[in-house]
Amino acid sequence: MQGAVDEREVAKFEAMAAEWWDPEGKFRPLHMLNPCRLDYITGQISAHFARAPRAAGWLAGLRILDIGCGGGLLCEPMARLGADVVGVDAAERNIPVARLHAERAGLAIDYRHGTAEGLAAAGERFDVVLNMEVVEHVPDPAAYLAACAGLLRPGGLMITSTINRTARSFALAIVGAEYVLRWLPRGTHDWRRFITPQELGAMLQAAGLGPVDRKGFVFDPLRWSWTISDRDLAVNYVIAAERPAA
Amino acid sequence: MGIDTDIVVAGGGIVGMTLALALRRAGFAVTLCDALPVPARADAQFDGRAYAVAAAGRRMLDALGVWQAVAPAAQAMTDILVGDSRPGEAAPPLLHFDHRESDSGPFAWMVEDHVLRIALLSALEAAGITHLAPVTIAGQEAGPEAVAVALADGRRLRARLLAACDGRDSAIAARAGIGRVGRGYRQRGLVCALAHERPHRGIARQIFLPGGPFAILPLTGNRVSLVWTETEALAAALDALPDADYLAEIRRRIGDPLGAVRLIGRRWSYPLAFSLARRYFADRVVLAGDAAHVIHPLAGQGLNLGLADVAALTEVLAEAARRGEDIGAPSVLARYQAWRRFDAGLMGLACDGFNSSFSNDNPLLRALRDAGLGLAGAPLAARRFFMGLAAGETGDVPRLMRGEPV
Repeated sequence: MQGAVDEREVAKFEAMAAEWWDPEGKFRPLHMLNPCRLDYITGQISAHFARAPRAAGWLAGLRILDIGCGGGLLCEPMARLGADVVGVDAAERNIPVARLHAERAGLAIDYRHGTAEGLAAAGERFDVVLNMEVVEHVPDPAAYLAACAGLLRPGGLMITSTINRTARSFALAIVGAEYVLRWLPRGTHDWRRFITPQELGAMLQAAGLGPVDRKGFVFDPLRWSWTISDRDLAVNYVIAAERPAA
Repeated sequence: MGIDTDIVVAGGGIVGMTLALALRRAGFAVTLCDALPVPARADAQFDGRAYAVAAAGRRMLDALGVWQAVAPAAQAMTDILVGDSRPGEAAPPLLHFDHRESDSGPFAWMVEDHVLRIALLSALEAAGITHLAPVTIAGQEAGPEAVAVALADGRRLRARLLAACDGRDSAIAARAGIGRVGRGYRQRGLVCALAHERPHRGIARQIFLPGGPFAILPLTGNRVSLVWTETEALAAALDALPDADYLAEIRRRIGDPLGAVRLIGRRWSYPLAFSLARRYFADRVVLAGDAAHVIHPLAGQGLNLGLADVAALTEVLAEAARRGEDIGAPSVLARYQAWRRFDAGLMGLACDGFNSSFSNDNPLLRALRDAGLGLAGAPLAARRFFMGLAAGETGDVPRLMRGEPV
């Protein structure tokens, strides 16, 4: 019976959604980083679009794309703040999971299976593109970033975070996170694919974007949480770049 | 299904009212549910109960616009004398804390319960907080979008979060499956207030008697609040005494430093315990104040811990809301727990240690603790730390407790 199959599917998706949203579970590193990422994202959007971040629904009227949306850890907060959100993920299994979780939370989010290149080819345009922890996983970062840049409306903002290629990033992101703390499965990251802030800045400029800000995301082992740093970009860092107004 | 309010605060005591006010000031829609009727909370008669509000708590009440109404009735505690003696003996001070040793002014302000209650009630009204009283919360059901709070009169409220400030026997925590660790002390805390002849000069006295610590805390005018600990059996006998004999027992313990005394307000008696909730949150439920922790009253830190909960929880939730996070999500509530639970446990254990090492009459122990207290009095750093702790100023201080808005 069709209904029985759907119920089994729903139960599976529910289990996967529970996994995505369990702060102590498999995605614990993302949950720990999330407040810091959201602080940065909301701060940049607030500054770029000159909107005060205090009123309810202050992102209303902005169309935001999250690339590599996973279970929706960034999409849901953006939707809760009033934005019109599209989440895209190349992993098809994430889409029904994210969709189910958002629906249960009473949030309207447009989740799609696909890629940035696919959306660009379809002529989709956004005010904000969130490109968080994706670029170190793609085979041709320059071509990928060019496609992402094409998704921005003139005057739009892209926020790209990734991991620097330094001795410390090898020690922390590979040895520390994958081997010692086991935050991430071994082989999640390939250090040689990591990109320096200079390289990322150059690629964004080549894609026609103007970098407006860059910061580090720094893990503080004493507070056991992440903070935004002006100076320390040696491991995790982020660059905000705008597409010039036409 | 819509949402009626962002946060339901359950419990109309000092912590519940302060939390409702702080959350409203941070921009949340708040509904306060109190089991007691408003006239009972608004009773302006001094009933004998008072609190030591530490410097950090005072700054927070100031930031919330409540302190102005409280200040004229608050007595600054400028000196703390700690002594050790048997009933009938004079108690030479072993430790003397003088507020001039720290930069932050008096250690604490003594505030009567009704003064704080009434100031908070009028602030709640002015802030436009929905205040349901008397209502009993009969149940709660957490879902992915909201928690449905069932009132005993049949009404239901849907909120993002239910904040339980419903005391040490929190029914909400029990229903959420949150257990407690700790122990009873087989002691009772006796509380009353006295009017007296000679001025107290803002000095608080803490005397360690065989039955347990005895605190004499200055109130405005020639009045003091007494908080003393006795074994259960003796406390029961004391509770049964007529006022004149009760006063004679007090005089036997503290001597006559204040001249002639008489009782004002009621006499109170509480069972003493140390207990800590195993978790500070469950699905869309969060605990604050006595619902989260009960400690020995000897250091007067119970309410201050509750106010610190309020400040930290408000800051965590306000930041989460600003980022677009779900304020009822475990990832958010875990930050509050990480911030506050360790502090409360530490304070509870410190009070526990003091209480057990002083609540007995072993002569060897007396000699040892005399020496121990003398040593503890020596190093300036340790004294500074102790005074900072008493003023609520150690560790990561929430913004409200620094007197800043969230």
